[in-house]
Amino acid sequence: MCAMSPSRVLSEVYGQAECVRNSYLKSFSDQIVADIYGNAEQITKHVLSKKESQRISFDLTIDNLVTSKWFGYPLMILLLVGVFWLTIEGANFPSELLATVLFAFQDQLTLWFQWAGAPNWVHGVLVLGVYRTLAWVIAVMLPPMAIFFPLFTLLEDSGYLPRIAFNLDHIFKRAKACGKQSLTMCMGFGCNAAGVTSCRIIDSPRERLIAILTNNFVPCNGRFPTLIAITSIFIGGAIASYSGLINALVISTIILLGVAVTLSVSWILSMTILKGEPSSLVLELPSYRRPKIGAVIYRSMLDRTLFVLRRSIIVAAPAGAVIWILANVYIGDQNILSAVAHILNPFGQLIGLDGFILMAFILGLPANEIVLPILIMSYLSTGSLQDYSSLEELRNVLVSNGWTWLTAINVMLFSLLHWPCATTLLTTYKETGSKKWVFLSFLIPTLIGFTACFIFTQVVQFFGLV
Amino acid sequence: MRDAERINSLSDLSLGSDCQIVSLELSGLLRRRILDLGIVPGTLIRCIRRGPSGDPTAYMVRGTLIALRSEDAAQIFVRKLSNGEECV
Repeated sequence: MCAMSPSRVLSEVYGQAECVRNSYLKSFSDQIVADIYGNAEQITKHVLSKKESQRISFDLTIDNLVTSKWFGYPLMILLLVGVFWLTIEGANFPSELLATVLFAFQDQLTLWFQWAGAPNWVHGVLVLGVYRTLAWVIAVMLPPMAIFFPLFTLLEDSGYLPRIAFNLDHIFKRAKACGKQSLTMCMGFGCNAAGVTSCRIIDSPRERLIAILTNNFVPCNGRFPTLIAITSIFIGGAIASYSGLINALVISTIILLGVAVTLSVSWILSMTILKGEPSSLVLELPSYRRPKIGAVIYRSMLDRTLFVLRRSIIVAAPAGAVIWILANVYIGDQNILSAVAHILNPFGQLIGLDGFILMAFILGLPANEIVLPILIMSYLSTGSLQDYSSLEELRNVLVSNGWTWLTAINVMLFSLLHWPCATTLLTTYKETGSKKWVFLSFLIPTLIGFTACFIFTQVVQFFGLV
Repeated sequence: MRDAERINSLSDLSLGSDCQIVSLELSGLLRRRILDLGIVPGTLIRCIRRGPSGDPTAYMVRGTLIALRSEDAAQIFVRKLSNGEECV
């Protein structure tokens, strides 16, 4: 009998067999794949004729510019600023028009309710609560979306986006993440929930989790109308001419800050709970195509703009009712809204916000789109909102509630860096299948948001700049 | 012709040079991805461009542009083709 125990012998034999099998299989399977491709090549040679040279040289010329050492990065930033500039400038007028029309209709609604003899509280909940919030969401959200989404779809369709991943991969590699994360971030501009889903394109599970957990640092479509409105009021408005361009620059800076946070958090995650080395990248750079204008408009309008708008309307309508009720039910001599805001206020002040702002962000958990409308509603919770028709009036409302440029910047910071919306959290749960990651995707941005606002506020106040 | 017999790794190629895949020393998922893209022994491949910081590098394979990181390309071995040589 052999001295070794049978199981050891068996495992050794098995190990060796596996070794032989692998080395044999590798070359064998390579051979099979090579043959299949060989066959396919033979067939294509017979049946396909192509004129190639022109297309390829066209691609090469564009790529020479777009991925060049000197112009690659400036071009990306230029595109970012350009897209937001067009969005802001373009959205300005339709936004005011929509607001005027929708709020004029509110007066008409009020007349009809009076004519029908509806009780006051019905009119309050339905018109002053639901309708007014909806009007706000549509007036503030729809125009920027209707411009941003087609522009973004154009970029997507032209084949430019993979070049962004190509340019940025080495930076993501340094953060021990995957270059394709930049693509998922691009999707995040549209909607963070869509961004989280798009993380499926990342092969390595570790890098996919990093991309999911950090997607929220890209401001989604629900957030940048808020950012745009606040920049326009407090920064672009302060410098009268070129304000559109300045707003675009501010928004782009905020986005670059979000990118920086994304990279840092990715790196920290790679050093701690998601330890590991960067894995591989296989990225196809498709040839450029002329986007089909019809398809772009159809896709961006129906699939994106209307889809997102529908979602925010579904959330905003009940939220509007709840806000009105909270603002009109009194405990003692204070309505519930003010009472809650009062409790949150000390905490809000600490990070340069106030109780109402913090409450608006908390109530905005179902969808970020409604944060600003909720905030305005709560500031005007006496129930009699003058028709909102211009940013100037909005500015008056905010300033009379104690806003300074510090508040404005903190709101923008906190909007960029706070918990993801409920849909994104739900999607994260679907994608990761674990409550732990959902909790982390909530906790990480929230902690960073509070810390960033706290430090910024304390520093500014310490130097007495406000 | 002497040059043609030298085996290099894909990452050592200079821009614009043509070569033919000899073997893939990759494993796991990446190996399958690479095979799926038609990068198999015998395939012709050309080094097209590098990213702004020198990595990743884009290669032209079967009319498609594919970017690989240098670490991964280093595990793909190729035979350099002298000018004008065409096979498969």
